[in-house]
Amino acid sequence: MEPQGHSENCQQIFALLSDYLNLELPADACEEIENHLAGCPPCIEFAESLRKTVELCSHYRPTELPTALGEQARNELLAAYKKVRIGYGSLLPDK
Amino acid sequence: MTEVTARHLYTAFASFVVGQARYNQSGTNLGREIEVELARRLMMGDTEVFDRFVEHFRAKIFQYTWLMCGQREDAEEVAQDTLLKVFESFDQLRQPERVRPWVFRIAKNACLMKRRKSIFAPDRELSLDEFMPSKSHAHGEAKIEIADWSSLPDDRVLQAEMKEVLEGAIAALPENYRSVILLRDMEELSTQETAQVLDLSEDTVKTRLHRARLALRAKLDDYLGTASRRTVVEGMGGA
Repeated sequence: MEPQGHSENCQQIFALLSDYLNLELPADACEEIENHLAGCPPCIEFAESLRKTVELCSHYRPTELPTALGEQARNELLAAYKKVRIGYGSLLPDK
Repeated sequence: MTEVTARHLYTAFASFVVGQARYNQSGTNLGREIEVELARRLMMGDTEVFDRFVEHFRAKIFQYTWLMCGQREDAEEVAQDTLLKVFESFDQLRQPERVRPWVFRIAKNACLMKRRKSIFAPDRELSLDEFMPSKSHAHGEAKIEIADWSSLPDDRVLQAEMKEVLEGAIAALPENYRSVILLRDMEELSTQETAQVLDLSEDTVKTRLHRARLALRAKLDDYLGTASRRTVVEGMGGA
C-alpha cells in the first residue's frame, strides 16, 4: 500500500510504534510520539489497533495441545535429571 | 471498513496510554516468576517440582514448535528432545532467572535438528511501506481506512474465529519474522533474550518484531472489517 497523504511525522511515528509500546525509546522520543498522537487521530487509531494486536498475541493459547506425557517419556526425562542432579551433591531425599 | 475521525481522540488516547502501562506490567510475569522458582528448586535437587516444570515447558515448547512448523508430530518430538537436552545439561543453567530463554534456545536448536522446512510461508523480507494505511483529508479532517477495533474484546478470552484468524496470520508470516514474534510477544522474552536465542542483533529483532506485528495487524484489520460489514448486512437482512 502506498504511504499516501502521510506527513513526515506520521511516517516516523509509524516506524517507531513497536519500540514505543515496548518502552524501548528514550524519554524525549516518547514525548515526541505522545505529542504527535495527541494531535493526530488517524495515528492514534492505528497505534491502538497495533497495541490490541500485541495483546491478542500475549493472551493467545494454542488450539492444539500436546498429548499426555507417557510414563516411558517421563522416566527418560527424570533419569536424565537425576543423573545431572548427582553433580549438585544434593542432600535432599528422592521423591 | 469504517472511517475513523477525531471522534474517539480522547478516549482512544487514554486507553492507549493505560493499555501500554497494563501491557508492560502484565500479569504474565507471574508465570515467569513461578517457572524461575521451579528452576531454582530443581537446581537444589528438589524433585517434587519436576512434573510441574516438565508440564509447563512441554506445553510452551509444543506451542512454539507447532506454530513454527505446523507439524503436530514434530512439535511433540521437539518438545521431548528439548526437555531431554534440558535435563541432560541442567547443571549448565547458572541463573534460574534465565531458564525461559535457555530452554527456548535449546528448543530452537532442536527445531533446526529436525531439518524440516516449515509448511508455512518461506523466508522473505517484509517492507514497512506495505503496511502503512492510506490516509486522506476531507472537510479539514485527516482519515485512514481502518476497521472498527473498538468491538474487539480487550480481555483474555479469544473467540474461536478470531483465534483462527490469528493463527492463520502467524502461519502466513515468513519464518524469520514468525520466530521473533513467537518469542517476543507470545513467550514475552525481552529483546535482548530473543536476540540471544535466535543469534540476531537486537536491532534486527526490533525491526522484525515491528514488521511482524504490522503484518498481523493488517490481517486482523481485514477480518474485523469483513466481520463488521457482515454484521451490518446480516442486521439489515434480519430486520
